[in-house]
Amino acid sequence: MSYLEADVVVRRAAHTLDVHLDAAPGDVVAVIGPNGAGKSTLLRALAGLLPLDDGRVVCAERAWDGPGTRPATTQQRNVGMVFQEQLLFPHLDALANVAFGPRSRGAGRRAAEGTARTWLARLGVDDLAARKPRQLSGGQAQRVAIARALATEPSLLLLDEPLAALDVGVAMALRLELTEHLAGYPGATVLVTHDALDAMTLANRVVVLDDGRVAQTGTPQEVAQRPRTDHVARLVGLNVLRGTSSGTDVRLTDGSALVSVTAREGAVNACFPPAAVTLTLAEPSGSARNRWPGTVTSVAPHGAAVRVHLDAAGGLIADVTPESAAQLGLSPGRRVWAAVKATEVTIYGAGPEGSQEAAAQIPSRP
Amino acid sequence: MSRAARAAVGRPPVRLLVPAALAVLFLVFPLVALLSRTPWSDLPRDLTSGEVLDALRLSLETSTAAMVVAAALGTPLAWLLARVSFPGHAFVRLLVAVPLVLPPVVAGVALLTAFGREGLLGKPLFEAFGVTIPFTTFAVVLAHTFVSLPFYVISVEGALRATDPEYDVVAATLGASRWTVFRRVTLPLALPGVFAGLVLGWARSLGEFGATITFAGNFRGTTQTMPLLVYQQLQVNPDSAVAVSVILLFVSVAVLALLREHWFDKVAR
Repeated sequence: MSYLEADVVVRRAAHTLDVHLDAAPGDVVAVIGPNGAGKSTLLRALAGLLPLDDGRVVCAERAWDGPGTRPATTQQRNVGMVFQEQLLFPHLDALANVAFGPRSRGAGRRAAEGTARTWLARLGVDDLAARKPRQLSGGQAQRVAIARALATEPSLLLLDEPLAALDVGVAMALRLELTEHLAGYPGATVLVTHDALDAMTLANRVVVLDDGRVAQTGTPQEVAQRPRTDHVARLVGLNVLRGTSSGTDVRLTDGSALVSVTAREGAVNACFPPAAVTLTLAEPSGSARNRWPGTVTSVAPHGAAVRVHLDAAGGLIADVTPESAAQLGLSPGRRVWAAVKATEVTIYGAGPEGSQEAAAQIPSRP
Repeated sequence: MSRAARAAVGRPPVRLLVPAALAVLFLVFPLVALLSRTPWSDLPRDLTSGEVLDALRLSLETSTAAMVVAAALGTPLAWLLARVSFPGHAFVRLLVAVPLVLPPVVAGVALLTAFGREGLLGKPLFEAFGVTIPFTTFAVVLAHTFVSLPFYVISVEGALRATDPEYDVVAATLGASRWTVFRRVTLPLALPGVFAGLVLGWARSLGEFGATITFAGNFRGTTQTMPLLVYQQLQVNPDSAVAVSVILLFVSVAVLALLREHWFDKVAR
């Protein structure tokens, strides 16, 4: 049995949520879906804030809910939860907010404040310990909220759209930091998001929800490159290329080169949306610094656009307008050039090779 | 409404302005009359007489005691009404509101039938322990609590409802028991409402007349509060009654100022 094993069934008048999740220690499972897909319901059910109508939750060898067990209360489940809108206690300063969990779980005042200081320091906000939440920026408040959730050393970390309420730049910076904190966190993490980029950068497994059910699971790369349904493709259609970075230059696994604006060393994933890829027949001479020749493998309508798969750079997805597709005469076998501006590329650490492989073997549930 | 929008709908019509002005006049005129009849030069003497000082002390003590009881019993009730759904919830709320609309003298009679020497609870109490409640200072506190507790409960319940219950949820995920959540999160966040409820209830206690005189009587030093003294003085020494009334007026205005700071501003925001 996995570290986290959950079958969550919650029936509502409008929709039914029926989701299976499992995770090993250290796993970050991203649950991705449009608004109203039942993502928050799932997190609340895992946290014990909503009763299950059916199913079970087992975490760290303890049955939290299921047939024949009395559901553990939220307080008894050792969870840490981070909310989109932070929800820091407005009457307590940052230190007291983070110390709240340890104190509630029985630590003395001094010990709890010591723990809180440690966590504030790890999140890089120890200088803000005496500030009240209203004196913190969105990014600072979310760092304090993450410290607060981790300070109780939860066996399960639940992140509810932790970056959605932040400015783009702040979200970008915090996303990178969060990757590091999650890498050092021994328990399992369930991250709920509607943003494919969060899922790709933070998670080693992705679960795509469609109408309360799992549409696809797999590694971020698998799901992004081989979305099984249109719904999944719309949600997570992203180019994710593996490679080795040195400064801002990335050597991709197929041998081709890529340039980004993020300096990084070692194994990385390079990520950019299909709409950022431009296609031309001749080698492009514009400002785009990444250009690869390739052959079109498939062309299919995708919403208002046309989605083109190519074998360039180890496999690319490009979204173009129907007009361009007609003008370029795009059909399988056509030779084209693909170009992407360096500023469109998000670079993030690829994580250990092993965990990606292990995660890939877990059968995905359609 | 912005000033521009206000201007766009036109000038306020006279048929609304005149009654509005009359209403203000009607409310202010008696107070002006009271102040105009106040024997200002005799005021220090009137106000330092033993009778007035006794009544003032008793009023302050009993009103404050009533608020201690209200805070101790009313806060949990307000929390229950704001946070917990239980069968009969609406009915309990209705019961709590009854003393608000009950004529105070009826409240006094009701208290007598409950705690009087022949009362439902008062009789066994007297027979078993020789305890008499009516016509004691304790009876004044009971009467005050009976009429002011609803003000307190409703004010605090409103404040609790206005605080985001998601904070309770966050605290629960951090391992806090429901009691800890109440003590460290819910109550501190509702503190302005608790304060407003205390001031409101205290002011109501201070002005309480009907229930007190019915249930506790009018004995100098033990049950004669300021309003009862005013009533008594009006028959023997009207000037003194006016003087004592002026003090109560000042106290009321002070309460209003306090509430404005903490309550009306909050509502207006």
